[in-house]
Amino acid sequence: MDSAREKIIPVTAIVALIIAVWYVAAIFMNAPVQRDMNKRADITPTTLEFVVQTYTQAKPILPAPHQIVANFYKSTFEVKPTSRRSLVYHSGVTLSSTLLGFALGTVLGILIAVGIVHVPALDRSFMPWIVASQTIPILAIAPMVIVVLAAVGVTGLIPKALISAYLSFFPVVVGMVKGLRSPDFLLLDLMRTYNAGRATVFWKLRVPASVPFLFASMKVAIAASLVGAIVGELPTGAVAGIGAKLLGASYYSQTIDMWSALIAGSLVAALLVVLVGAVGGFVEKRMGARPS
Amino acid sequence: MKQTNLKIVSDAQASGSARSARPVIEIKGVSKTYKTQDGEVPSLRPLDFDINEGEFLVVVGPSGCGKSTLLKLIAGLLPPSAGEIRVENRVVTSPHRDVGIVFQSALLLPWRRVLENVMMPVEVKGLPIEEYRRRALDLIKMVGLDGFERKYPWQLSGGMQQRAAICRALVHDPKIVLMDEPFGALDEIVRDHLNEQLLELWARTDKTICFVTHSIPEAVYLSTKIVVMSPRPGRVTDVIESTLPKERPLDIRETEEFLAIAHRVREGLRAGHSYDE
Repeated sequence: MDSAREKIIPVTAIVALIIAVWYVAAIFMNAPVQRDMNKRADITPTTLEFVVQTYTQAKPILPAPHQIVANFYKSTFEVKPTSRRSLVYHSGVTLSSTLLGFALGTVLGILIAVGIVHVPALDRSFMPWIVASQTIPILAIAPMVIVVLAAVGVTGLIPKALISAYLSFFPVVVGMVKGLRSPDFLLLDLMRTYNAGRATVFWKLRVPASVPFLFASMKVAIAASLVGAIVGELPTGAVAGIGAKLLGASYYSQTIDMWSALIAGSLVAALLVVLVGAVGGFVEKRMGARPS
Repeated sequence: MKQTNLKIVSDAQASGSARSARPVIEIKGVSKTYKTQDGEVPSLRPLDFDINEGEFLVVVGPSGCGKSTLLKLIAGLLPPSAGEIRVENRVVTSPHRDVGIVFQSALLLPWRRVLENVMMPVEVKGLPIEEYRRRALDLIKMVGLDGFERKYPWQLSGGMQQRAAICRALVHDPKIVLMDEPFGALDEIVRDHLNEQLLELWARTDKTICFVTHSIPEAVYLSTKIVVMSPRPGRVTDVIESTLPKERPLDIRETEEFLAIAHRVREGLRAGHSYDE
């Protein structure tokens, strides 16, 4: 309770500071355009009127926070969730490929980690490629994956999920390799004195020991999955999803729409990370972890 | 320790003091050399000694003299570079069944409760769970951990964790128990208490114990026989048969007899040093 209160005050202070700076910045960012418009319309507003004008533009360079909130509220709660104007609809589209990609990436990551831990040759041959795979910009790979798969008739959810999986398997591999190798050397000796086979060591020792590592890397992986899904939506011709919404809005300089899509994306990411963290906390508590 | 009348002793071992000095572990010309990138590092120079049935043998030596290596060799976790080790007349080539090990850290699995940790060897070896569960509970009671069976390791103090580790080493009723500085990480008060408990446990179960330490009082207090080792590469500088009675209250450590043995151990350790320098 105390720690929550200790956290709330500094966090709110920072948010208040950011919003204050934002409101000031919005005036200056939007002022040049507003001055031009006023000159053309031959209006000379007072300073206060001018400030209000910079906060009420239809396509401001930097929208004021309340404009974004209003737009976000409208396109989330006042539009039917099945409508193409609804952020719920677009978030849902992105979420589905995020979750599928996350599931694929996690399973793939675990399998690769198990292989690396048990086969020394895989450790030497796989690991450099896995690291290299993450140094290639995802923006370069995503369109190729989409185009190549579209050429063989695979479109829609799968290509986007694959890009998500491409980004999310990496943290899982790294975390799981570390987790599966975490049992003390002496514990492995102890297991040998019980004549334990590799399968027994794996299930009774390595797997339980790796659980905290798995959830820590899944938190990173699910955020990466969302990024992958959004990037995967960009080259699809902006049909649906948060990525499509971002791209469409930027086409028409609908900055307020862009910002509210951005917020939708951030909220989905935060929600997913918190969810994975909660599941991890629950599982670890069931496994007898010391409450922190 | 609780005074409980437990049938922890298997019939074969119950022959008690009438046992003959039959060697359970024979160490014949055993040496160990580690191969590292900088060449060969000798860890143990040829060792020769026996450990008799029901004996409490303590190996005492400075840190890094290869005491732990010796235990691993006896356990079959490492192959000797030369010589051979026989346990129950069979040459040790791989980990064998009749041994329980306790290390310096308790090494309990944090996701298992105390009873589940103690039952680990039984599960892995595929022994009958129900039968050994009773044994595990008896052992837990003997070391005074009753009431803590369902606690997780982090809920236990260091000394309690080490007691649980001792139960785990004994649960499958091994003939031989190997202990690698099991109380080294504990404070002296807890260590004294656990030393006392260990002697009682040994008296009641009649195991053959090989115990490694660098504490001279601990070595003298626990042992029926002391093997004194020199610094790396370790060799035996003295073998001392303890003349202390089997019944040992803690204040036996202030008797002339005790101090005389301790003195001889210290002499042996010093002999090892002068040899090296």
